[in-house]
Amino acid sequence: MKIPLVEYFSYPFVWYLLIVGVLVSLCAALFGVVLILKRFSFIGDGLSHVAFGATAIATALSFTDNLFLVLPITVLCAVLLLKTGQHTRIKGDAAVAVVSVGALALGYLILSLNPSSSANVAGDVCDSLFGSFAILVLTPFDVWVCVILSLVVIGLFILLYHKIFAVTFDEDFARAIGVRASLYNLFLAVITAVIIVLAMNLVGSLLISALIVFPALSAMFLFRSFKKVVLCSAILSVICAVIGIFGSLMLATPIGPTIVVVDMLCFGLCFLTGKLLKK
Amino acid sequence: MSQIICRDVSLGYDGQTVCEHVSFAVETGDCLCIVGDNGSGKSTLMRALLNLKSPQAGEILFGDGTRQKDIGYLPQQNDSQKDFPASVFEVVLSGCVMREDFRIFPGKKSRRSAKDALREMGLSDLGRRPFRTLSGGQQQRVLLARALCATQKILVLDEPTAGLDPQATEEMYETIRRLHRELGITIIMVTHDLSAVVRLATRVLHMSHLPTFYHNVEDYCASADFPRRKEGTNEDPAC
Repeated sequence: MKIPLVEYFSYPFVWYLLIVGVLVSLCAALFGVVLILKRFSFIGDGLSHVAFGATAIATALSFTDNLFLVLPITVLCAVLLLKTGQHTRIKGDAAVAVVSVGALALGYLILSLNPSSSANVAGDVCDSLFGSFAILVLTPFDVWVCVILSLVVIGLFILLYHKIFAVTFDEDFARAIGVRASLYNLFLAVITAVIIVLAMNLVGSLLISALIVFPALSAMFLFRSFKKVVLCSAILSVICAVIGIFGSLMLATPIGPTIVVVDMLCFGLCFLTGKLLKK
Repeated sequence: MSQIICRDVSLGYDGQTVCEHVSFAVETGDCLCIVGDNGSGKSTLMRALLNLKSPQAGEILFGDGTRQKDIGYLPQQNDSQKDFPASVFEVVLSGCVMREDFRIFPGKKSRRSAKDALREMGLSDLGRRPFRTLSGGQQQRVLLARALCATQKILVLDEPTAGLDPQATEEMYETIRRLHRELGITIIMVTHDLSAVVRLATRVLHMSHLPTFYHNVEDYCASADFPRRKEGTNEDPAC
């Protein structure tokens, strides 16, 4: 049975999905550029596993809305990971590996031990790792939370754009002229955590990094000024998300992987275009 | 009057002291060259002057209406900047972010001074070029323009000619000389290049475990700290 494209718009869930998809991918793409240039993208990857572990705990404790537990835990881990990157004996990337694998194992253990979880533990886990169909039954409340958090994230990015650039391009110089760089790094870690928690419902925790990494890298193939890279990354990400969402609705494929595959295709296309333009 | 006074400063990392009893004063209009072997604490001292690191002992004071943020900085380039997508103008403008008219977006004055700094460095035509496509010497001048946006009082230069070819090195020294003599900017320069010291310095700080401060470059050239001409080299740092 084939439904014409326009008809999808008569369902509210499609609207919710589009709103959430566009906003989340926009946030991820904007900060993705900064995270990659700051060599922080692995922290994003580690945090997504933390978010999975936290979701498992929230499920076990039967929270009404997982967000209220997952968000604080992820933010806390983001801050801790950032701090360990600087002075401690376990260096940044190793600390991320420790935290992410630990969270993954704990999360699965808690879910499988939890008597209140459904018989289909494997299915539940798969859902939270690769994105769930629960995204199709978003409540207006979920959508509002997502809209508000995303707008805050985007707004902060615009307000702090120039300082973020200064700190990302040259942290020592920024510090020397009086920018409180460590505050910006902290801010970046917290925002990353928020984006990951937002993106978790959409694409699942294992695939979040794709939203952060692909659009930003694609944009860097095409443009060489910071502003253009940021704008291009945002536009590409939103386009890919919309194509991915409709693709998954029409082909009845899981939403998360579909969006990521579209992102990958776009990445390949940008890579080739970049090569051609250079010649 | 002294702009910066270092009084009996000790510096080090993780409880290990690199150098002790560093004392010197930088007067307005000086060109202080900091020389010394690798590991003698040149860079550490520079980081302390920039407030990127606090001294283990002693104090660094500012005078003559100088504040910490009046010190501009030309760092050595790091690897991550080699593939950073940024236009020349974006880089220079980032020197303005702490100016008063730069709240959320750059004000007219900030944009103006970024353009002025580019012109000062002879880079007016390159504003829209990607930073990473420039030559080493051009990149250094872009970073110098950025430092000029932050301050017109004191510039701290960390081996400004490292990695440059002879011609670019020459141009860089000429630029520094002009900033010092014509714009009256106080220069603090970490360098290995003795010919630069002889040409540009008004005062010299020789770093070692117990650093020595020379009030003028002639004293330094006559001292035991000044490396003598070695057999087989043509370089004669004539004083």
